[in-house]
Amino acid sequence: MARIRLDHIRHAYSPELAKANNYALREVDTAFEDGGAYALLGPSGCGKTTLLNIISGLLTPSEGHVRFDDRDVTMLTPEARNIAQVFQFPVIYDTMTVRENLGFPLKNRKVPKAEIGPRVDDMLRRIGLAAKADRKARGLTADEKQKISLGRGLVRSDVNAILFDEPLTVIDPHMKWQLRSELKQLHREFQMTMVYVTHDQTEALTFADKVVVMYAGEVVQIGTPEELFERPQHTFVGYFIGSPGMNVLPCKLDGGEATISGERIKLPAAIGRAKSGKTTELGIRPEFVSLVPRGQGIPVKVEKVEDIGSEKIVRARLGEHRVSAILHEDQSVPADADIAFAEERLNLYADSWLVARA
Amino acid sequence: MEKTWNNKAWFFVLPVLLLVAFSAVIPLMTVVNYSVQDSFGNNQFFWYGADWFREVLTSERFHDALLRNLLFSAIILAIEVPLGILVALAMPKKGIWVPVCLVLMALPLLIPWNVVGTIWQVFARTDIGLLGYTVDALGIDYNYVRNVLDAWVTVVVMDVWHWTSLVVLLCYAGLVSIPDAYYQAAKIDGASRWAVFRYIQLPKMGRVLLIAVLLRFMDSFMIYTEPFVVTGGGPGNSTTFLSIDLVKLAIGQFNIGEAAAMSLIYFLIILLLSWIFYTVMTNAGNDKPMTGGAE
Repeated sequence: MARIRLDHIRHAYSPELAKANNYALREVDTAFEDGGAYALLGPSGCGKTTLLNIISGLLTPSEGHVRFDDRDVTMLTPEARNIAQVFQFPVIYDTMTVRENLGFPLKNRKVPKAEIGPRVDDMLRRIGLAAKADRKARGLTADEKQKISLGRGLVRSDVNAILFDEPLTVIDPHMKWQLRSELKQLHREFQMTMVYVTHDQTEALTFADKVVVMYAGEVVQIGTPEELFERPQHTFVGYFIGSPGMNVLPCKLDGGEATISGERIKLPAAIGRAKSGKTTELGIRPEFVSLVPRGQGIPVKVEKVEDIGSEKIVRARLGEHRVSAILHEDQSVPADADIAFAEERLNLYADSWLVARA
Repeated sequence: MEKTWNNKAWFFVLPVLLLVAFSAVIPLMTVVNYSVQDSFGNNQFFWYGADWFREVLTSERFHDALLRNLLFSAIILAIEVPLGILVALAMPKKGIWVPVCLVLMALPLLIPWNVVGTIWQVFARTDIGLLGYTVDALGIDYNYVRNVLDAWVTVVVMDVWHWTSLVVLLCYAGLVSIPDAYYQAAKIDGASRWAVFRYIQLPKMGRVLLIAVLLRFMDSFMIYTEPFVVTGGGPGNSTTFLSIDLVKLAIGQFNIGEAAAMSLIYFLIILLLSWIFYTVMTNAGNDKPMTGGAE
């Protein structure tokens, strides 16, 4: 087990792309603490799989260093780094039984036979496949196969980290929940550093202690799920985390007030004094937007109300901008209404980065 | 209620039925018809029962040709399959060399059989052929016209030259369909090059390899044109395979009844052996039935 330090990593897939300043990873400089459960969250093409392959050693970064504890492993092969990786599609060795699959990494590392047996048996029990130990692995279901991939990593008790590359993509929805909680359980038992790549916020937020949000080849925020919700450091985080995402409204600052498409909003003192950037935006989560009687707030045009059972999502239009609000299920939505923002929940962004909060 | 089904649909099958009848069933039945009769000049035919079959099955000539054919198929399979796999493994997986390699590999397959035969007939001659002349000049006494072993080597090498590409192309198709994740996982599991081949590449090639073996077996068992052009079945009868023998019998000796019986037996042997290959190879990787235990 190890602390993983990513020291100013940059990566381009070819020298030509690097010359054109077209980096898949623009710059990542961060560390994953020993024994932590991390999720790399971001949309497709944001560089999260590139980063994962750099940690595992399947890719060598164009610039920067990877360190496990104090050892520089940048130039080492995946095998020498002693990590495990679970891929998007379950990788199993078709002709082997479940038991042989789990023993394979040990056999390759010349672990004595007497030791392989008990360790494989123990792993079979932990991943719940003891009853199918002597079946050919290829006949199993997708989630069982994915458990085998995972087991092959965990069976080597000395691995530095386990990396997951969207491991639940091909798993049925009802099995996803179960597998994810089993994963969490295994993490508690083994206390290994786990890095989990996903584009699904629910998966990231339920699995990880710390979520690393990536956007366009950069890490935009690392934080607990709560921090990401309450204090999005970048408008992308606000928009990507939460459903619906944060309302981000372009505005103009002027003497303690903000103007959003002609409507003036009084701001709390902490925000009002902030400097504006090339673009200045006001961010507020739909949870903190309320409906008030006409004349008491900001006039909007309600376009749609989605009743999702436990709550209502109101989609409205403020000038040319869209605003959503989440209301309690039994709250009625009048035809003419204004909206009000909870002042203490306002965030101010200059050039997409958080500059002030109430 | 209107009937939702009727038997008119059968009419749609009619064209295919006619086509198959003319292309396969009727010719085959003609052969069956000949195989139970003896023919004499002036188109006279007499009922002969199963005697032709008995005669063919007990004739030494047939046994020898059959053994030669089995030996030939065994040799070329033993060479072409491993060689084909090796070449496929060595071929590039991406880049501009892929199409170049593929075209080069496909070339021998596009050459008509008797052209291949003629090429090798000339190529291997000791007086004017590049190969024959070179081998002779190296001090090796080589002459495929006189020496049985030399004739066999020539025919086998020619077949390997002509058909290994087919195995290569099929194996290559199997190889490129393996997702990268398998190789990455194997790297992480610390698998050796041999283990990657044994546990990833070979199992993933299994299906296409089965097709390759079947095709090569059937083709080599039916081989006619190339050895006919190169050696004409000689020296003596040493390269007279079943099909060459069959033609000698049917057209050379005009013994239609015996030839018909022989071709039916020939056909059944190919069918039987192909079926055995297929069953053995598809069952090889399957789960054995579990004794006891849950599920």
